[in-house]
Amino acid sequence: MRYLPKSPSDRDAMLKEIGVSSIGDLFQSIPAEYRLATDLNIPPQMGEQEIVNLFRVAADRNANGYASFLGAGAYRHYRPVVIDALVQRGEFLTSYTPYQAEISQGTLQAIFEFQTMICELTGMEIANASMYDGSTGAAESVMMAARVTRRSHMVVAGTVHPEYREVLRTYAQHQGLTKHRVGYGADGRVDMKALEAAITDQTACVLIQSPNFFGVIEDVAAIADLAHTKGALLIVSIAEALSLGIVRPPAEADIVSLEAQSFGVAISYGGPYCGVLACKEKFIRQMPGRLTGATVDQNGRRGFVLTLSTREQHIRREKATSNICTNQALVALMTCIYLTIYGKAGMRELAEQNLAKAHYAVQTLAGTPGSKLLFANSPRFNEFVLETAEAPDSINARLLQQKMIGGLPLSHWYPELKHASLWCATEQNSRAQIDAAAAVIADKHAPALAYV
Amino acid sequence: MATETVAPSNSTASKTKTSPFVGERSKVSSHISQNEGLIFEKSSPGKKAYRLPALDVPAIDPQALLGKHAREDLGLLPEVSEIEIIRHFTRLSTWNYAIDLGMYPLGSCTMKYNPRVNEMVARLEGIADAHPYQPESLSQGAMRVMWMLQECLKEITGMDAITLQPAAGAHGEFTGILLVRAYHESKGNPRKKILIPDSAHGTNPATAAICGYQVQNLKSNSDGMVDLAELEQLVDEETAALMLTNPSTIGVFESEIHKIADILHSKGALLYMDGANMNALVGKTRPGDFGVDVMHLNLHKTFSTPHGGGGPGSGPVACKQILEPFLPTPVLVEKPDNTLTFNYDRSQSVGRVRMFYGNYGMFVRALAYILANGPDGLRQTTEDAVLNANYIRAKLEDVYDLPYKTPTLHEVVFSDRRQTRNGVKTGDIAKRLIDYGFHPYTTSFPMIVAGALMIEPTESESKEELDQFIDAMRQIAREADENPEIILHAPHATRVSRMDEVAAARKPVLRWKPDTAPESAASEIAASGKTPPLVPATAAKEY
Repeated sequence: MRYLPKSPSDRDAMLKEIGVSSIGDLFQSIPAEYRLATDLNIPPQMGEQEIVNLFRVAADRNANGYASFLGAGAYRHYRPVVIDALVQRGEFLTSYTPYQAEISQGTLQAIFEFQTMICELTGMEIANASMYDGSTGAAESVMMAARVTRRSHMVVAGTVHPEYREVLRTYAQHQGLTKHRVGYGADGRVDMKALEAAITDQTACVLIQSPNFFGVIEDVAAIADLAHTKGALLIVSIAEALSLGIVRPPAEADIVSLEAQSFGVAISYGGPYCGVLACKEKFIRQMPGRLTGATVDQNGRRGFVLTLSTREQHIRREKATSNICTNQALVALMTCIYLTIYGKAGMRELAEQNLAKAHYAVQTLAGTPGSKLLFANSPRFNEFVLETAEAPDSINARLLQQKMIGGLPLSHWYPELKHASLWCATEQNSRAQIDAAAAVIADKHAPALAYV
Repeated sequence: MATETVAPSNSTASKTKTSPFVGERSKVSSHISQNEGLIFEKSSPGKKAYRLPALDVPAIDPQALLGKHAREDLGLLPEVSEIEIIRHFTRLSTWNYAIDLGMYPLGSCTMKYNPRVNEMVARLEGIADAHPYQPESLSQGAMRVMWMLQECLKEITGMDAITLQPAAGAHGEFTGILLVRAYHESKGNPRKKILIPDSAHGTNPATAAICGYQVQNLKSNSDGMVDLAELEQLVDEETAALMLTNPSTIGVFESEIHKIADILHSKGALLYMDGANMNALVGKTRPGDFGVDVMHLNLHKTFSTPHGGGGPGSGPVACKQILEPFLPTPVLVEKPDNTLTFNYDRSQSVGRVRMFYGNYGMFVRALAYILANGPDGLRQTTEDAVLNANYIRAKLEDVYDLPYKTPTLHEVVFSDRRQTRNGVKTGDIAKRLIDYGFHPYTTSFPMIVAGALMIEPTESESKEELDQFIDAMRQIAREADENPEIILHAPHATRVSRMDEVAAARKPVLRWKPDTAPESAASEIAASGKTPPLVPATAAKEY
């Protein structure tokens, strides 16, 4: 086996040193009746070339080479080649969690830089070293808010990503947390009247997403006022992190739960991504997840360590702030490199391009016969909801024939939005693609492939 | 820079006035290490590392589109050039230890070789660019990879069903215990408590707590194993499950595992297995065969996906048929025409634990690893992992105290009992290993061993690397007798010495600010002459 660095004579010599005659002697502690006598029934050992071919075949059975207008929590942005060139260095790729600070300063300093950038982007005072993803991050923030306020009621906007809300339900079910879902108004934003009525003096937090699942930017400041009046915390979940390049950060929030996938992380059929929590400094002791802090060594030299670990499970066991242990360090490193590449000026320029592409797509697609932009008067970033006379599945079937993947039909989660679909246009979508999609929508007689 | 012959300039090390090593270091020599500041300290307006394509649609006025929601500026994000970025992160990378540099004997963490073909196939276009909401008809390749991995993992564990959705080991534990709870609820009583041995990892009790269970501790017997009499006494109709790590955290297979399962099952309780130590079992025995009802796996341990400095992980949960109805949605199913589809319509499901389908990129890597091994390779891997651990045990047990003499599999746990006579603790020995060119083992865990040295070499080490490790450990044992002072201030040969972790926690500095001047704060502390040996923090393990 090519990953194993031993010859048969090495093994024999080692068995001799141990004082046993065969490798089987070392497995005697496993009761004989449970020892496997036969091979596992899995595919036989493959050469590297066979493995690559197998995955190439798999890759080719996916939507390879299609133009896409999908977003909805997984965003298509260009990944500069520098990212993979750096994260594939073995010293980053094959190192462990940086508990041994003296030989982990590379990872630790990068996380410290990541935490700083996240603070700058979100308008929060502190950020952690990353969470699993945006959906679990949102759930962890709600549990954090319950600890901070010692309250057990949460108010959740119906415009938070439906899968985030499903994850939250799973997390909350055994925490004794009660939930009130607040719907959206005609503008596609949180229904402010319903929200005001839902928040009580037992409310731990209000969870919203902005830009929300419909791509609409919420009025964070006004929602914060409503929450804070009753002593509740405001949690803002952000799924499209690139919006922060041009959209005002949710500085009035108490906790921001960011999904940073947009920052140079491959879509990769849904993961691994990079959640991260940022918050006001006063909540630091209730923050879950790893934190990197600056300090000095015995000689007064600047260095970094994982800190405040007394919040964590390996010390506090069942009293920990969360059971989370791993973070997404390598993915956080990707986002840190991405933010460094684009930087202060580039992030804005890139976000502006997204805004421009989406604006053009809105005008072009909503201009096709029978189509209409929903929530038209609300501010948006790079996603929008298009209502069509025809069922989205049927439009998408024609788009597939032209090697295009259209917007995500919404009726599965929002039955009232019957012929609506969620479209996303990024810097990856050319004007030609947008024009072509509009032409297909307009031409009801174009050939179609089954959209399933 | 400290070297072998020139004492470091810091006052503590120079107190020793002798060569900092009692013998020879065979694994490492010192070399130049590049200094590098924070990226923000290199930033200057106008420097760029990007160029966007020309905009092919009309430009917009953000203020007009966003109104009061338009952002003014992006604060302190850096502005640097591409070459500076390459140098910055490359320099940082050289300050890390890594599997690619050598043995990483962290017990319970399974730091094995991360094959490069895994990285290559995970980056294939069509896999890396696959959107989770693209139609299933255009996702059959991605779904087939998940299906194949599921089938392999079910076979390896001897289980009936599986979910790949959990993002890490602790997340898998959470999912597994949710399954347990849903199962009991379906029988009319969720039950109240989860039994956890005192040798367990901290994530186990933390998980039980967030699933709404009380934690009841189970003491280990004098062999470090589950005390059957105690278990029999504690298990009752309010016991939901026992969370067991097998082999245990001291590397011992619970030889009476079937009795443990029987005791639990007789009261309707379930057996949960923490799969952290699965690298000792793959291809040799299957948890499903010895009575386990539900378990999680760590793809980032047993199945070679990279740790990446702390993640991403992936923690699939495998279970018996009785728990299948409760698996998170969606569940992958094969249709009669051999195509795959996700089933969302499952009324008894515990719900979602993560959006989309899990850490998909890790599935690709784990499957590539399994295919590269095949059944014979996986078995040989397990045998070599166990061989390596027993070799280390045999070669070190005369100099380090071995508190449990029970036969061990893939790891060995010593204690620092002999060295503490000279004031040298496990954390100090661990730091000293760094000077010899190795990453430390896991310190102070499991908690049933006072001053534990938990060593897991994995199968990835050659005899030569193991011999160097053994040699280093033996030299450190000698140093503990002859010159303990040098160990107490180790490491000496690194860029930075022991960090002031107390100061870091007392006044947390968690982000850079232009007005903070860490160098001056540093010199203040240095000027105070405060150079006591800093006690290394309790290390934790990756789940």
